[in-house]
Amino acid sequence: MTTMIRVDVQQQDFDLAAEYAAVRGKADNPGAVTIFSGLVRELQDSATADQSLTLEHYPGMTEKALQNIAERACDRWPLSVCRIIHRIGTLLPGDQIVLVATASSHRDAAFDAAHYIMDYLKTSAPFWKKQVAGEQGFWVDSRASDHEAAARWQHKQD
Amino acid sequence: MFNIHYFASVREQLDSAGETIDASGDINTVADLIAVLSSRGGAWSLLEDRNRVLVAVDQAVADREQRLTGNEEIAFFPPMTGG
Repeated sequence: MTTMIRVDVQQQDFDLAAEYAAVRGKADNPGAVTIFSGLVRELQDSATADQSLTLEHYPGMTEKALQNIAERACDRWPLSVCRIIHRIGTLLPGDQIVLVATASSHRDAAFDAAHYIMDYLKTSAPFWKKQVAGEQGFWVDSRASDHEAAARWQHKQD
Repeated sequence: MFNIHYFASVREQLDSAGETIDASGDINTVADLIAVLSSRGGAWSLLEDRNRVLVAVDQAVADREQRLTGNEEIAFFPPMTGG
């Protein structure tokens, strides 16, 4: 089975319904489609109204990293479609940041591949987030829990 | 020539988005290049911190022992926070 992989790094927002329709249309006899979207959360400990999240990335390497993660997922699970969109630039609370969609004959592959892709994307794709609240800005720290989540995939039995 | 990029908090602390550096016989590995940059003093010594600063060579994450031929694209950046 040839898997259709498509990755995009872009500033503009994506239309979840349109992406789902595209995945469903391209998939080869799918029994399952998994869609994950990641959103910008509000800072709970900040009272300021003007919060934003700025996503910086490494042009060139980012696309390669996402393509590599998608290919590894397709090697490990029988997917017919794998779609990743990751936004960059300045986003507001509630905005969509990332989309991962997978299609397969059965649900385990679709669920697990999407989960795997997100866990690797958190730690292995060259994006950096800066949280801005009013005049203050601080770079979000990489989390040990994200690295542990990615590492667990090395030991799991599929 | 090494084509060097600095990203995110590394860029801010060094106050530089990037530069080009002549390859020389003294720079055989990533670690050698870091030693040259770090010798500038001040904020540049942050590049020595393996936990805080990661390296990519030709757009692939690399370790500091990786050998260089003299015309690579090198990037220095903090641990990634995508997704």
